[in-house]
Amino acid sequence: MSTRVDGDAAGSARPGGVKLDRVVIRFAGDSGDGMQLTGDRFTSEAAAFGNDLSTMPNFPAEIRAPQGTIPGVSSFQVHFADYDILTPGDRPDVLVAMNPAALKANIADLPAGGTLIVNTDEFVKRNLTKVGYDANPLDDDSLAPYQVHQVAMATLTQGALADTGLGKKDAERCKNMFALGLLSWMYHRPTEGTERFLREKFAKKPDIAEANVLAFRAGYYYGETTEAFAVTYQVAPAKLATGTYRQITGNTALAYGIVAAGQQSKLPVLLGTYPITPASDILHELSKYKQFGITTFQAEDEIAGICAALGASYGGALGVTSTSGPGVALKSETIGLGVMTELPLLVIDVQRGGPSTGLPTKTEQADLLQAMFGRNGESPVPVVAPQSPADCFAAAIEATHIALKYRTPVLLLSDGAIANGSEPWLIPDVADLPDLSVEFATEPNAPDGTFWPYLRDQETLARAWAVPGTPGLQHRIGGLEKADGSGNISYDPDNHDRMVRLRQAKIDGIEVPDLTVDDPSGKARVLVLGWGSSYGPIGAAARRVRKLGHAVAQAHLRNLNPFPKNLGDVLKSYDKVVVPEMNLGQLALLLRGRYLVDVISYTKVAGLPFKAEELQDVLTDIVKGVDAA
Amino acid sequence: MTAIDLGLPGLSGLAGVPTADEPQKAKDYKSDQEVRWCPGCGDYVVLNAVQSFLPSLGLKRENIVFVSGIGCSSRFPYYMNTYGMHSIHGRAPAIATGLATARPDLSVWVVTGDGDALSIGGNHLIHTLRRNVNLKILLFNNRIYGLTKGQYSPTSETGKVTKSTPMGSLDHPFNPVSLALGAEATFVGRALDSDRKGLTEVLRQAAEHRGSALVEIYQNCPIFNDGAFDVLKEPDEAAQRLVNLEHGKPIRFGKGDDGAGEFGVIRSGFGSLDVAKVSEVGEDAIVVHDAHTPDPSYAFALSRLSAQDLSHTVTGVFRSVQRPTYDDLARAQVEDAKASKPADLQSLLRGKDTWTVV
Repeated sequence: MSTRVDGDAAGSARPGGVKLDRVVIRFAGDSGDGMQLTGDRFTSEAAAFGNDLSTMPNFPAEIRAPQGTIPGVSSFQVHFADYDILTPGDRPDVLVAMNPAALKANIADLPAGGTLIVNTDEFVKRNLTKVGYDANPLDDDSLAPYQVHQVAMATLTQGALADTGLGKKDAERCKNMFALGLLSWMYHRPTEGTERFLREKFAKKPDIAEANVLAFRAGYYYGETTEAFAVTYQVAPAKLATGTYRQITGNTALAYGIVAAGQQSKLPVLLGTYPITPASDILHELSKYKQFGITTFQAEDEIAGICAALGASYGGALGVTSTSGPGVALKSETIGLGVMTELPLLVIDVQRGGPSTGLPTKTEQADLLQAMFGRNGESPVPVVAPQSPADCFAAAIEATHIALKYRTPVLLLSDGAIANGSEPWLIPDVADLPDLSVEFATEPNAPDGTFWPYLRDQETLARAWAVPGTPGLQHRIGGLEKADGSGNISYDPDNHDRMVRLRQAKIDGIEVPDLTVDDPSGKARVLVLGWGSSYGPIGAAARRVRKLGHAVAQAHLRNLNPFPKNLGDVLKSYDKVVVPEMNLGQLALLLRGRYLVDVISYTKVAGLPFKAEELQDVLTDIVKGVDAA
Repeated sequence: MTAIDLGLPGLSGLAGVPTADEPQKAKDYKSDQEVRWCPGCGDYVVLNAVQSFLPSLGLKRENIVFVSGIGCSSRFPYYMNTYGMHSIHGRAPAIATGLATARPDLSVWVVTGDGDALSIGGNHLIHTLRRNVNLKILLFNNRIYGLTKGQYSPTSETGKVTKSTPMGSLDHPFNPVSLALGAEATFVGRALDSDRKGLTEVLRQAAEHRGSALVEIYQNCPIFNDGAFDVLKEPDEAAQRLVNLEHGKPIRFGKGDDGAGEFGVIRSGFGSLDVAKVSEVGEDAIVVHDAHTPDPSYAFALSRLSAQDLSHTVTGVFRSVQRPTYDDLARAQVEDAKASKPADLQSLLRGKDTWTVV
């Protein structure tokens, strides 16, 4: 397979440089320094060049934490490679530190021998004291293990912009583009895309646009002219599957999935929601796509958001609500009403650190049991979890398909890591997307010639869905228990028992694909099983374990409720099953309860994704133990 | 149609809702479900009034939806031969907002009570009113929690002795009409359950109003708060207390010798209103009711003529003004976007920056 790069994003890159197969760069600075933008642009350059990539933004919950402090540090890590990679990288090869706080907060992650690029202008006594440096680390030997490049980025940027007439402060603000320019030169990145981007972003302020372009170029030329950087590096394009790609974050992919679900179901979409980190970008995205028949309703609270979505579903639209864990807590009663009224509803939970307000900008997988059981009564809902940023698109379509086909709320569990992280996405052909169209009831269906809203399809157990405006089918639904069939209020004990079991059977019977197991050797005695966003680090760890000569099987659950039908058999066919989770073992609890398999639960709840390295160690130990036994 | 064309005076609240081919009768609106309120409950009277009134609108029944929350009155949808949803406590306005926004061809009604609308659902009520979603809210106010068997409600008078307040309730009550006006509701009315004619007239105006309409209905709970509004039903007392509003007419009440009412409402102090004997202040001093006054302060002053003691209970339509509705504007944005941008999914997915691997 040959790799060619072209398309709208392609730029020309300077040839030459030492060839590397992969590099991890972390940009770190104050939350006002524009590190997210810088990282995002570097990512776009890598994408334009055809590298595989994976990113991990990490920023404080405060919009502007006190300047120059450790809590105020914002960073963006990008991993790019000439082969398919699975994670944003455990540790950076290159750390760009824009101030002492960024250095202090990140230096421990940089391995010995790593490259450190420091903006020296911020290393003044006041800033050093603020983060507890007694002496300037640039002056002592504490950074001796690293290849340190000291660059006066602010001064150089201000110098480059001296003739623009821009004030000193505004000029200094462009230093992030200087850093980007320097890194772009070091890694032979194409630059046209970034210049075009800056001119579009600041179209209304042409002087700012030009200043940023100048700063970007100044950084690039600084690398070229100074002799401090003797070596440059080249990471060739990756040999990915053929097709047209773009870079995408999880939240954008989810929003696109909802747009596509609306188009494929031919239903208008109503997103009822309330802003919450890290889910708000789904609202921001969808509010731009009204031409697809999408209404976005920013409600007065989480409850009103989901209620409006359910009201729209009742009226025959596709109701969607988006939130994070604390919002799911508030929406629970309405999800229960959706279960009882058996109406389609897509509930997106972009998980973050909990409990309570927890860690709003950090990631976690600790809402699984909330999604499964966080309602009163026997209230089953399907649960779908995407495994990567790009996978959010397909997951949104799958969740919508289940909601419409089975007339039920569906919980979609994304998380902060994939919501804000990005990767290349093989752009799907719209002609290949599934048809999600639904049939509303239009005729009486009961033996007595009337309409019974709770008569079910014998195969799916989905109830008949007649929307207001349909002549002759007037009926009432609600949260009180329904008589099987007629849907009238019923307090009959046997009826309640039957309806509880029917609702459960409907969810249990949802068709989900069988679990596939990846075991290249075919001899593995240990299975590592994950769900959701941990796919990347688990997959990377499994590769490393195999490289060391051990056999390990990997499988990943996308459907958490119902589980794939072959899951029990898969679990029982291995000596040991390891379940890594960013919670205290929620999937493990479900697996033990359901299948009586004593899985090994490996957990970490640090607000950050697993590192491939730590999972590699865990898996290697277990595999060795089994082989020795 | 663009956003600025919408919501102007003249557009009916029922515009876009299909009309019936055949004349209707009250019984057409009765469902096959047995009505299960307590004997003597004011809800029966309101149900009958609504079922008798709806045929006059001439709408297709299948295009009418009643959405309710939780509470005695919230059983209402089950008894209507229309579409309906009995939802969860306090949330009916939010559910109805989604429904009304998604479906301009429906006449959407919310049935709620003083606990449902003003306590657990207070937030949704005020936000629905400020957005001016085209839906009609019937707030059955019996000043007590009935379904949970007799605790005080947010409209109970201070000091009320109930199961949960054996030494008397401490909370200051809401005046629902004042609250709605504070939220800048575009239509606010009040009626008594026992006054079929007055209730029907307010309902008619509410139905035709484009936007949110809040109708407070004083409703008797014979079990837990019997007689709460009796002073408004005893003819001699009622004449001294009930102040019925008619747009364009001087606000007068009481048994006048000339039949025009002994008392009238006059302006007083900083924008407030007061009651005076017409013989003492003269007819010219009596305020002529203007429900279309843009500033809600006037209607608010009317709602403050007396406290919860019912000494001067104003009924009728306090306020009826035009403001674009949220749902009309939301649909207009979608239509504007459809008209100005192609809905090209492939192009959206492709985006601007792509690369191809061959």
